[in-house]
Order: sequence, then C-alpha cells, then structure tokens
Amino acid sequence: MTFFSDLEPDTGLNIALELNGQPVRALVSARQHLGDFVRESQGFKGTHIGCEHGVCGACTVRVDGRAVRSCLSLAVQADGTQVHTIEGLSGDPVVRVLQESFIRCHAMQCGFCTPGMVLTAAELLELQPEPSRDEVREYLSGNYCRCTGYESIVNAVMDAAQTLRKAGDAQR
Amino acid sequence: MHNAEVQTNHQAEGIGAAVPRVDAKRLVQGQARYCDDIELPRMVHVCFLRSPYAHARMVSIDTTLARAMPGVVSVLTGADLRAHCEPFLGVLKHLPSMVSAPQWPLAMEVARWQGEPVVMVAAQTRALAEDAVALVEVQWEPLEPVVDPQAALAKDAPAIHAELENANLAYEARVERGDYAGEVARSTVCLSLNISTTRVTAVTLEPRGVVADWDTGRDELTVWMGTQVPHMMQSVLAQHLRLAENRVRVVSLETGGSFGLKIHAYPDEFAAVVLSKLLGRPVKFVADRLESFSSDVHARAHDARVEIAVSQDLRIRAFGVDGLLGIGAYSKHPRGSVNEIRHVVNLLGAPYQFAALHAHVRAAFQNKTPYGMYRGVGHPIVCLLTEMAVECAARQLQVDPVAFRFLNYRADSDYPAELLSGTKLEALSHEACLHKLVSLMDYPALRQAQAKARLEGRYQGIGLATFVENSNHGSSTYGRGGAPIAANDGCTVRLQVDGTVLCASGATDTGQGSETALAQIVAHTLSLPLSAVRMQLGDTASAPVGGGNWGSRGTGVAGEAALQASLALKEEVLRCASVLWDVPQGRVRLQDGQLVDELDGHSLGALAQLCQAAYVRPDLFKSGPVPQLAVTRFYAQRDYDGGIYTNGVQASWVEVDIRTGCVRLLKHWVVDDCGVVINPALADEQLRGAVIQGIGQALLEGCLYDDQGQLMNATMAEYLTPMAGEMPDICVAHVVTPTRSSALGAKGVAEAGITGAIAAVVNAVNDALYPLNGRVTDLPITPDRIFKAIGAIN
Repeated sequence: MTFFSDLEPDTGLNIALELNGQPVRALVSARQHLGDFVRESQGFKGTHIGCEHGVCGACTVRVDGRAVRSCLSLAVQADGTQVHTIEGLSGDPVVRVLQESFIRCHAMQCGFCTPGMVLTAAELLELQPEPSRDEVREYLSGNYCRCTGYESIVNAVMDAAQTLRKAGDAQR
Repeated sequence: MHNAEVQTNHQAEGIGAAVPRVDAKRLVQGQARYCDDIELPRMVHVCFLRSPYAHARMVSIDTTLARAMPGVVSVLTGADLRAHCEPFLGVLKHLPSMVSAPQWPLAMEVARWQGEPVVMVAAQTRALAEDAVALVEVQWEPLEPVVDPQAALAKDAPAIHAELENANLAYEARVERGDYAGEVARSTVCLSLNISTTRVTAVTLEPRGVVADWDTGRDELTVWMGTQVPHMMQSVLAQHLRLAENRVRVVSLETGGSFGLKIHAYPDEFAAVVLSKLLGRPVKFVADRLESFSSDVHARAHDARVEIAVSQDLRIRAFGVDGLLGIGAYSKHPRGSVNEIRHVVNLLGAPYQFAALHAHVRAAFQNKTPYGMYRGVGHPIVCLLTEMAVECAARQLQVDPVAFRFLNYRADSDYPAELLSGTKLEALSHEACLHKLVSLMDYPALRQAQAKARLEGRYQGIGLATFVENSNHGSSTYGRGGAPIAANDGCTVRLQVDGTVLCASGATDTGQGSETALAQIVAHTLSLPLSAVRMQLGDTASAPVGGGNWGSRGTGVAGEAALQASLALKEEVLRCASVLWDVPQGRVRLQDGQLVDELDGHSLGALAQLCQAAYVRPDLFKSGPVPQLAVTRFYAQRDYDGGIYTNGVQASWVEVDIRTGCVRLLKHWVVDDCGVVINPALADEQLRGAVIQGIGQALLEGCLYDDQGQLMNATMAEYLTPMAGEMPDICVAHVVTPTRSSALGAKGVAEAGITGAIAAVVNAVNDALYPLNGRVTDLPITPDRIFKAIGAIN
C-alpha cells in the first residue's frame, strides 16, 4: 500500500520473488530497501527497523537461505529470490526450536531484536550445530540487544543446539 | 501490613515462580505490535527539518517548493503551530531554584540545539516527506554556541534563554551538615577526586514514535505510542492541546525498550499530534536513528569533585561534592532535567555512617540536546562518586576495600535511618549483601588469582560497588512539584462469565515483564492458573489512572494494586459462594479454580459455575447485594514520601591489556535486595541487562560533541553499545528484605544493575592499573585514557 505513492511510476521497477512461500509480483521504487518492502508493501511487521545502516541486525531476514540485513538490501535486489521473514519460518525446524528455547530461557525483554536474533542464530546452528558459548557470542555480535545483556540469549542458543542434537540422534 | 499470607501460599506459577513470560510467544514470532507497525486509512507520515546548528537564528523560512511537491500534505513552522497548543515548561515547583523557558513543538525564531525540530513536513510516505524537507529553505544566522557547562556559567556567556534571570543557571543546591571543615581538618586521610563522565543516551533499539488520530466526529484523540507513562501523556496532551482528558486516549503499545528515554514529552511527537488535530486524519512519526541520537534525551554528563575524609581509626568522617551538570537547551517536560544532580546531593555516601556532609551542585543550560531520565537517573553517578572515593581511601590507608566497607557501613540493624541529607531509608541490608558477595565470588581466592596473574605480567583488577536505588516513589518525586504524574497505580480485576479474569492496569511493559509479574500476582491470589488471567496494560481507555513504569515502581506499586484488587475480588467471590451454596462464608475457600467447603474439603462448585450464576442467574443469590465480580483498587506508597530504597553490591573482575589499552571483562557479580521477588528469572534478567548498560557507560558509550555543539557520532556504528562478543557472564544472587509499606513486600529491581555496575567496573580497572600508578577518572575508559593514566602517552 504505500509504494504506489512514491509517485514516481517512471522509476518504478517490477520484481517477482517468493516471499514466505508465496509468489509476489510488485512494482517498487528503485530506492526502497527490502526492509521497507516487506513491512510497508507486504505487511510483514515482524522485521524491525532499528538503525537503517546495517549495524543493529533487527531487520535481519533470510534471502535464499542466508541471513541478510534487509535495510542494506534494495527491494529490487530481491528479484528472483526466495525471501523469508520471521512470520514465514514458524515451520522451519531450527527456527521453531530456537523460538521455544528463547521462551524457556527468558532470552528476550522488549522483543524488538528477537526476530533478527533468532534468524542469525538459526544460520549459526545450520553452519555449526555444536557451537561453543564463545562462538555463539561471536556470531551474534552483529545483532544488538539493549535489554538482556546477551547471557540469556546465549543460553537459549546453546539450549536449542542441544535440543536439535537430541532430535537428530533420535532420528538416527 | 504483612507479607505472611502471600508468602506461605506459593504456587507453581504464582509469586516467586520463574515462569516464562506470558507475552513471549508473540515476541519470538514477530507478532508483537510496535508503534511503527500501525497502519491507518489516510494516514500521513511526518518528517522534520532539524536545526543543523547548535545555536542559530532563523532569518527566514521558505517552504514554497516543499509545499508544491506532489505527495506533500502540509508544511508547518513553529509560528503555524503556536496558536493551537500550549508550550512545555519543564520545571518542578517544589524546587524553587529550578528554572526553564517555554518550549514550543517547533523552534520559534532561535534554534537551541543541533537536531531541534524546526519545520514539520507531512506527506503520503516518510520517503516523500524526507524529499520535501530537503526543499525547505531556511536562512540561518549562526549564534555563538554555549557548549561547555562551565563556560555556560561564566559571566560573559551568551544567555541561551534571554528571559531567564540567572542566564544559563538552571538549578543550584547547597547542603551543609555537621562540622565539615573540622572533620576534614582532623582527618588522617582526606582525598579528593575530579571525576568526569560523558553524556550517554539510552539507545532503545526501537526508536521513539507516535501515531495520532483525531476523530472529528467524536472530538476524540487517540494516540498510540511507545511510552512508559500513558496516563502522564494523556494529561500532558490534554493540557497542551486544551482538551478534556476523557477525550484523549493514550495506548502504550509493545515498546522496544524504554530505560527512561520514553517517559518524557518530546516536541516532535507533540507536533505530530497537533498536526493530526489540524488535519483531522491520522499522523505517524517514527524517529530514524540519526533523529534518535540528536533528539532523544541524553544523560549522565557530570563534572564533579568528590572528597572523603577518614579518621585514624579508619572511620569515614565526611563526604563532600561540588558538582556541575550540563542539561542541554531546555529542562525536559514535565519531569525536569535536574533529578540526577538532586540524587547526588541526597545520596552521597549513602551506605556509610559519617558525621559531616558538604554538597554544592549546579545545573547549566547549554546548546546541546535536552537532558532527561536514563535508567537509575542520578543513582549510578552518586554511586560512582562515593565508591571511587571509598576504594581510593582504602587504598591510601592500605586496608582491604571489603574490610573498609564492613567497618563503615551503617549496620543492617540500624534501619530505618535518615541520612545527613534528610533522605529516609526504610530497611537496607548492605552487610548481608556484602557477606553474600564475598562468598559468591570467593573473594580471597580471586585476590590470590589476581596476585598470580600479576606475577605473570598480567594486570587484573577487582572492583566493588555498594549501591542504593530508589523505588516505589511517593509524591515528593514529582507530584509535589505539580507535574501530572500519578504516584499511585490502579488495577481493575474482572471475572468473566466463564470464570476467567481480565486485569487492567496503568502499568506498561516495555520489556521488563510487568505483564507477567502482575498476572502472576493476580493468578496467585485468586488461585488460578496463569493462563486464566489476561492482562490489559497501558491503555488509558481501560486502566484506572496510574503512574506507569518509571523509577523501578512497576512491580512494587502496580503489583500491590493488583494484589489488593485481587484480594478484594476474592472476598466477594467467597461471599457470593456462601450465599449461592448456603455455607457460612468463613468456611469457603478458593482453591485451584474451585470453591471448597473447609469443613470436609469437598468442592461446592467451580469458579466458572459461580460466575455464570452471578451473571446469568442473579436470582439464585437470595440475600445481600447483586454479585460484584469486578473490583478496582488503588495503591500509593505513603510511608516514605521519598520512596522505598533498595540496595545491593556488585563486583567486577577485569584484565587490562596494557599494550592495547583494552579492558577484558572476565566476570561480574550482583547481590541485590529488592524485597520479595515475584519472578526470579525476570528479576535476574533486569539486573543482567542493566549491568551491561552500566558496562557500556564505563567503557564504551559517549555522545561526542565538537566545540560548536555538533554531535559527532550519531550512528550506531560510531556510538558504541555493548555487543554479545565482549560482555561477561553475570552471576546474580539476592538478599530478601521485604518492604513493610505494602502487603506484597516487593521493591524495585529495574535500575539496580546499572547503578552499581559503572562504579564496579571503574574500580576494577583502577585496581588493575594500581601497580602502574595509574588511575582513570574520566568516563568512558577508552584505551587512550588508560594509556594516559599509566603514562604511556601524554
């Protein structure tokens, strides 16, 4: 709903992508970043805009399987990609386990950083299923949390890693 | 009042249980709704032209091009808004020496800080509004900026507000108690330290924002905002828009961190609300990060000389302070900007017994961003001044800092107590807390480890900080000064037809977990599962008037209101059950959702049955009044007008790399006494999060200005906040001294972590630097300051 009113149809570009599993075609302003596109044009408000210069990590989304700062990506760059926001990942096994661990370990306060934090942690656990606490702290250092002090978040990621390992062992 | 009943009746999810937060699911799923998530039909987006100068006159403003741009709805200046509102004035009338000047939503004629809103543009999108702002032409006449607070008070300094009598002096206070000069003269050790702290800001991850919707048909204003204080905002908006309060609804949404930053009335937010009234359509303003850094309140910029005098028998005899605070261009509405410096006077040396006090403090206007509350307000500063002085004195006397503290604490058995400053303290536990800390951190073993490291050429340090922190404030904080800030909180607890509970409170949850803690109190009292209680927080349409969340008062004050409302509702349930089932009232008990006859323990029926009968079959209640299954109760803490103080002690263990000047945080400990703990996990997380913010101020954070008043580091890349990779694990323990001012017995916990952390870290760094004869007294402790302290650079 809002991209239409950039009132610059001559600079608008057509893009086609898959967003949270659904095909999306849209006319976007060339300057619109991916975060504004998923929030304002597509209504997925779980992606939070914290700094708009790529520092805080609150706007993290998944593009073609990788965690990406949506404030540093243009919507046009998402043309032809698969984009997932937190809303589209409740079925993802790693994200779901992380969400449960975040709840159990009190790993959030205001919740503004939480979706980005979960997506970055999910990427870590996919790359490194058995991280050390220091590795978790290092990997999450690009996601700012101003409330928790991080310890509970580290606890939650370690807890999720353990849960996922147990589930994996049970399947074998 | 007593804590007996609530303490003996613990339940798995009730008071004292570390249950997960009731709102956690929506937070982890990204389903929480923050201010910027609101979309309304015909909503316009606002952006501001802000002053590029710290001090400048506007010779002319030309908005022609901006107005003509497609998509622009309106372009307004200060003069355009003036007729439609009343200006802010951030003074508290009970502080006679405190002054400020009227502050309009947009600067009139003169801009007084870099970032002050000057012109407001509304357009169909924020991007278009930003485009149009670039088309506004202002002809500026730069004026001499007043940046340094010391210079601001010089005789020939330019006056920032010409109408004020004492030029740039915003507030001054002096306290002299006992024979200060005599105590200093008789002392064995008297040392003074010049301590300087850099301005910081809270950097809530969610920026400030507001969505205002003036309904022309109903003559009613609805404002959604991330605020800690919806009822205060309701009063402020009504007063300054000349509306009746019952025509103003403020809804505090999910809020992405607050830390005191979101308890103020901001001119840009107010301008957006005025615009909604003028346009008769919804208006959204959400600050971007640059706007946040230059217009959110800043805090904690003190220049202080602290003095401590100790006699030959190692007893502290006197504390003194001369302090100066630069509060920016205006005192912030409606709480004012001088509370930090008041705390310095009221609480200097608070944990200790001493005979004489000297305090002289001043606050100065300057051409910087207005100053306001940040978590702990002045408590972290007065803790830093006191505890740096105490450790330096112990060092000079060659006595262990732990032993020195035990020797000088006011004994736990000597409370209630009144400080020389007149501050009254209900019940503190410094001795118990320090005993617990010493064993928690194994202090003797840690000193041995430190000595061993030193032999290996490593510089480790251990620093302690004893702190006091106010909570459960009475009327003296704001009410006596005339600010529209409730000292009480109200709570309405209602039973629905199916026996579930709706609970409305003026408290807000900006991340602390208030929603969970209050729900636990209600569920516990009514003997219901947590899931049977739904909270409605922070909406002035549903909640009775209350103070909201500030000053560590949410659990202690709003929690007590919830407890009293639930107890009264329970009484009514028991009365109704006795009538309905014809059993003497004294025999009926409410247990796990059942009404039970105590005579033989058999269930009379479920609470749901009782509620259904009360609403659908009131004829079954043959005697007494119609069932009243909704109760509102208010609570205000009136025993200690200045508030109920909490206390605790922290320790930090660090290693300083003297080749790089970097400080590595090895571990941090907190022992806190917040009285009865409602949810230990939430309380511990409050402490941990606040400690990290304290570490940030000690080592990383600072708003850096040049000599022209330009903020030089207004991005999150340049203003350094703590990251996961550099922070330590934090060990937390509690001593429990319930307050007797409430039945709940809970005091506050939200600020205690930051209050002690700064001093603990600074003391630890200086302990590490001692073998090199280094001492850092300026914050933040950056590598260059460490190099200067040890003489590695000039």
